[in-house]
Amino acid sequence: MILDIATLVLASAGVVFFIAGTLGLLRFPDVYARLHALTKADNLGLGLIALGLVLQAGNVWQALKIVLVWLLAIFAAATVSQLIARSALVQRSSSPAARDS
Amino acid sequence: MTAALVFDLSLCLLIAAVALAAVLADDLFTAIVLFIVYGLLAAIAWVRLDAIDVALAEAAIGAGLTGLLLVGAAARLGGRGAPPAAGRTPWRLLGKAAPAALCVAAAAALVVLVLALPDDAPGLRPLVAETIAASGVTNPVTAVLLNFRGYDTLLETIVLAVALVGVWSLTPDRDWGSVPGARQHARPDGVLATFGRLLPALGLLVAAHLLWAGADAPGGAFQAGTVLAAVWLVVVMAGVLPAPATADTRVRLLLVAGPAAFLGFGAVGAAGGVFLGHPAGAAKATILAIETALTLSIAATLGLLVLGVPRRPA
Repeated sequence: MILDIATLVLASAGVVFFIAGTLGLLRFPDVYARLHALTKADNLGLGLIALGLVLQAGNVWQALKIVLVWLLAIFAAATVSQLIARSALVQRSSSPAARDS
Repeated sequence: MTAALVFDLSLCLLIAAVALAAVLADDLFTAIVLFIVYGLLAAIAWVRLDAIDVALAEAAIGAGLTGLLLVGAAARLGGRGAPPAAGRTPWRLLGKAAPAALCVAAAAALVVLVLALPDDAPGLRPLVAETIAASGVTNPVTAVLLNFRGYDTLLETIVLAVALVGVWSLTPDRDWGSVPGARQHARPDGVLATFGRLLPALGLLVAAHLLWAGADAPGGAFQAGTVLAAVWLVVVMAGVLPAPATADTRVRLLLVAGPAAFLGFGAVGAAGGVFLGHPAGAAKATILAIETALTLSIAATLGLLVLGVPRRPA
């Protein structure tokens, strides 16, 4: 019962972070700000949801697998967002309009 | 209304909405991204239907690999594939309305057919359950794919190889046998390089687990092969390993190893009376041998499909 409530609270908090991240993705002005919103919020959002699910896991191995999924998602997200930011930086520095401003 | 029903209904609506958005998208890249989202949602739907094997295949191949191939194709088109931006001409509308009408008709026919199915239709399930003890594995999906209807899987793997031959046949003469894919520019001390060195340790473990688990749980050669291909592509992109030359004999042997092993064991079975039959008592061993060879071949084929046409010297 207490575990179920803890899961609900953690998962709901995770969803709030996802909503905040999505809002940032839709509303922020440029690539870097949008990435900032997405990666910060998604990692924490996914982390909270994973933590909530760990409490429901049947055994230690299941719990470890959920944590592993979270870690992999963090590594992939960190790598990909770095690549996106770098590519946006390269594009900006090579476009004449951005160089003038 | 139970929570599960609400979830399933929202999922169905979401899938239909994303599919519609993908078809109606003006921009090629947007359409591809929506297609990938559609594939991931479809994978969740398969999970809800308790078809974990199909869900894994849909997520890995339907959404992941096919999406990647489409992104690669769009990048090669370089914007030329995008429809003209000049308003909604009648032809353009027709070009979208006609396939949409076809899809609606096909979907309607499917709905009618599914609703017309008898409520209690066990299909081949009892037959599989009855004979699974002799198949060498306990996952019914693997039993069907590698034992009861092995020739389907054999032909699938050959189709994959033929697809790669199709891609390679687009090579200009001067580049024949050279290295496929763009030159990679990852910095040796960058984030991607670190990821490329970190991922294989875990990725190889996951692939091996999927391959081994396929015998008695969801998994198998296709899922393991896709994971392996993805890990290999990251390693290549990160500059940890160079992409191989397509003229390399080892690469070509790897590509045909799976189908060859399948055919080889099949021929042994033919000598014993049934083509693609497994020797009694040793079915698990031969299935595992075939699946291991298939995993390596599928990984190599999928990876090289993504890398595409050979275009630069080794």
